[in-house]
Amino acid sequence: MMGFLWFWLVAVMIVGYVVFDGFDLGVGILHLFLVRKESERRATLGSIGPVWDGNEVWLLAGGGTLYFAFPLLYASAFSGFYLPLMIVLWLLILRGVSLELRNHIDVGVWRSLLDGVFGFASALLAIFYGAALANVLRGVPLNPDGYFFLPLWTNWQPGVHPGILDWYTVIGGLVALVALTLHGALWLTIKVSGDLEQRARKLVTPLWFGLIALTIVSLIATIAVRPESLHNYNTYPVSYIVPIGVVVSLFLIWQWNRAGKAVKAFLASSFYLFFMLAGACWGVYPVLLPATTGDANNITLTRALSGPHTLSVGLIWWTFGMILAVSYVVFVYSRFKGKVDAGASAH
Amino acid sequence: MTAELIHRLHFAFTVTFHYLFPQLTMGLALLIVVLKTVALRSGDEQWDQAARFWGKIFGINFVFGVVTGIPMEFEFGTNWAHFSQLSGGVIGQPLAMEGVFSFFLESAFLGLFLYGGNRLSKKMRWFSAVMVWLGSWISGFFIIVTDAWMQHPVAYSRLPDGRFEVQSFWQLLMNPWGLLQYAHNMTGAVITGSFVMAAVGAFYLLDGSNAIFGRIFLKVGVIAGLISCILVIFPTGDLHGKYVARNQPAAIAAMEGLFKTETGAGIILMGQPNEETGEIDNPIVVNDVLSFLIYGTTKAEVKGLDQFPREDWPTTLPLLYYAYHIMAGLGTYFVLLMIGAAFLLWRGKLYHTRWVLWLLLISFPLPYIANTAGWMTAEIGRQPWLIYGLMRTSQGFSANVSAGNGLFTLLGFMGLYALLGLLFTVLVYREISNGPEKQTKIVAAHAD
Ligand code: HDD
Ligand code: HEM
Ligand code: HEM
Repeated sequence: MMGFLWFWLVAVMIVGYVVFDGFDLGVGILHLFLVRKESERRATLGSIGPVWDGNEVWLLAGGGTLYFAFPLLYASAFSGFYLPLMIVLWLLILRGVSLELRNHIDVGVWRSLLDGVFGFASALLAIFYGAALANVLRGVPLNPDGYFFLPLWTNWQPGVHPGILDWYTVIGGLVALVALTLHGALWLTIKVSGDLEQRARKLVTPLWFGLIALTIVSLIATIAVRPESLHNYNTYPVSYIVPIGVVVSLFLIWQWNRAGKAVKAFLASSFYLFFMLAGACWGVYPVLLPATTGDANNITLTRALSGPHTLSVGLIWWTFGMILAVSYVVFVYSRFKGKVDAGASAH
Repeated sequence: MTAELIHRLHFAFTVTFHYLFPQLTMGLALLIVVLKTVALRSGDEQWDQAARFWGKIFGINFVFGVVTGIPMEFEFGTNWAHFSQLSGGVIGQPLAMEGVFSFFLESAFLGLFLYGGNRLSKKMRWFSAVMVWLGSWISGFFIIVTDAWMQHPVAYSRLPDGRFEVQSFWQLLMNPWGLLQYAHNMTGAVITGSFVMAAVGAFYLLDGSNAIFGRIFLKVGVIAGLISCILVIFPTGDLHGKYVARNQPAAIAAMEGLFKTETGAGIILMGQPNEETGEIDNPIVVNDVLSFLIYGTTKAEVKGLDQFPREDWPTTLPLLYYAYHIMAGLGTYFVLLMIGAAFLLWRGKLYHTRWVLWLLLISFPLPYIANTAGWMTAEIGRQPWLIYGLMRTSQGFSANVSAGNGLFTLLGFMGLYALLGLLFTVLVYREISNGPEKQTKIVAAHAD
């Protein structure tokens, strides 16, 4: 019971991270080719300036929650995915610094460099996150102690000894890239105005078609690489509601974006991300990290779960703390509601 | 180089670099609240501008703290997997609480504080500053509780497979070691904040620019500096030292360079420990003082390293000894400097006594050195244990991550952090040379 609960609490934190940091990654990618002049760039980046750091906290709080609820999983996955995670850290560093520092620098060349770094790091991060999720779905070569170490790539084939990157995980990366870019574009339609807003809205269409195609491809690929993913769905047919949710939210993105209902379209995109992630989690549950080396080596929920007292104490402060955290989030977003004021300088 | 050594260096390097930023964050957050409070109560615009000026520097510093902090959290899993697997149920708890209770708070209100601009009332900006301060101090608390558990494990039991399990949540948070460490460490952070503020003030007065602000900064910096420099030694450093002596006797013997057990042990002010001969070379010793400091009587017996098996000695003993002496030596200098400066401030002479201004200006790097040295004392003193008395450092690292892979990322971090350090320096230098006056003019020009 505790295991089931904490599994979903961690999942919710991860969804929180993807939904919140997702749009600022998307904005980071988009600003490279959507923006025509400095004032537009300032508006674009200003739309995430006050919130990106808070968005990233979902990653830390989620990581921390994962750490104490499932220590074996944290230890195994973080050490096994050592190289890509370190690259993720470097990208997060470059991204945070470049975004923040452009406000303090008034030399055009340096600004362009920082903007380029920011966009590049955002795009790579999106790809890495997608690939990471795909790695978890595909499985990793766990040994009986629960550890593994993956090189960045081997022969690009999923199999017993895959690399971080193979054709399947690359698809995962592309799904994330397109989904988050779309998510960012929808955010911009809420936050910016004028010409820029129109361009963002127009861009939604091609991204949307791309996302549909990639969603279908990734679904088929997942079933091909890991047929067991369907097991929970077939056992509990009611859970097919999740893929239906994916389809409905995709449809609503289109519908609401066309109708100019920016906030609703953005929410639909958030639900798309939610259903995709929840669907993936449900596909592996109750395994947390599948082994390519045989099911006996799987890291399962019961195997990784912390002791009972840790978990029940954790539940108390976690609930209390997250209520507080969500109320700050609501407060901040309501303070910065509406279009960004392009003239206002940061700080 | 063995994988174990690489992982240790990896963690030590990244955390030492990280802590350069939070110490200023935590110290400055308090001082900004002071500036804001005076501004709010007196209605004096200048204090508000002073707060805004420091807000900018705070913002820059904060970003560097954040981006270097995220790797720390990951490294528990990436570099210390076996440790995490066994202790995650305990350690993970305060670490997750740090995220849930403080990082959300801090980042939310910092966004408001920095970007709120005219969307917020004066009171609301003051409130944001207070929340940022609270957030950063809560964050320091949870991370220190985490560290304290490794130094002095309490409130745990073990599951059948050897994993640690929290036995009492409150005892974990109220670990006496953690409370002492927190009190001492936070005063250390305030020292950094005050020295930096005073140094900028001294710079403006020596330079002849921004004179009004220079005086504000000096006044706040020197008063806060005096208070914190006293508190860091007494009672916090003193009590912390006594607690270490009782709970990590081998560490204190190594810190003090005490190779042989002595009754009426003297304190070594200077000298070089020689591990081969078990002696201090060129010692300057004050008799009986160490016994007195630890046990309150000059006759007490203090255990030397000879009482402990060699494999329980801290592994890099001379470094530990020097780190401790550097911290304590600088602590003494800080008090003297701040007493002098505060005296001149009181007599109304500080702003014209150029040599003291010069001293204040060039002393700003020293608290960084003292804080780093203090942490090195704590962490190296804990060796060879990862969790004191329970788990050796050699049992905790990620055995599946080879030395080669570890070195690759360590070098990567070194390169990246060299770049960050450079950027940080340039940016802060720019803010300081722009100064609060010019900033005020820019704001005024924008308003037109
Ligand atoms: C500006 C900073 C600063 C200054 C002037 C001092 N300290 Fe300190 N000290 C720290 C900053 C610090 C620290 C960074 O905050 C440490 C590292 C870990 C910790 O809890 O606090 C620390 C640790 C630390 C420890 C614990 C070592 C361990 O855990 O093994 C002791 C016994 C002292 N200090 C004692 C002193 C004494 C007696 C000082 C006065 C002369 C002193 N410190 C000045
Ligand atoms: C900012 C302050 C800190 C500094 C400067 C610092 C410094 C160091 C140093 C120098 C080492 C290497 C010791 C050696 O191998 O000889 C180390 C190791 C380590 N520290 Fe810290 N530390 C800090 C804070 C923390 C905190 C807050 C934690 C825990 C939450 C922590 C956990 C560890 C761990 C897990 C290791 C690796 C294992 C080991 O070598 O003992 N450190 N740190
Ligand atoms: C192993 C040790 C450490 C870990 C895992 C760690 C983790 C982190 C993380 C993830 C952040 C970014 C938070 C954000 O996104 O807002 C951060 C920032 C911060 N950390 Fe650390 N940290 C460590 C050591 C320390 C120490 C020793 C202190 C102080 C006693 C400290 C105090 C802070 C503070 C106040 C911040 C806020 C940002 C800033 O100060 O610039 N940290 N830390």
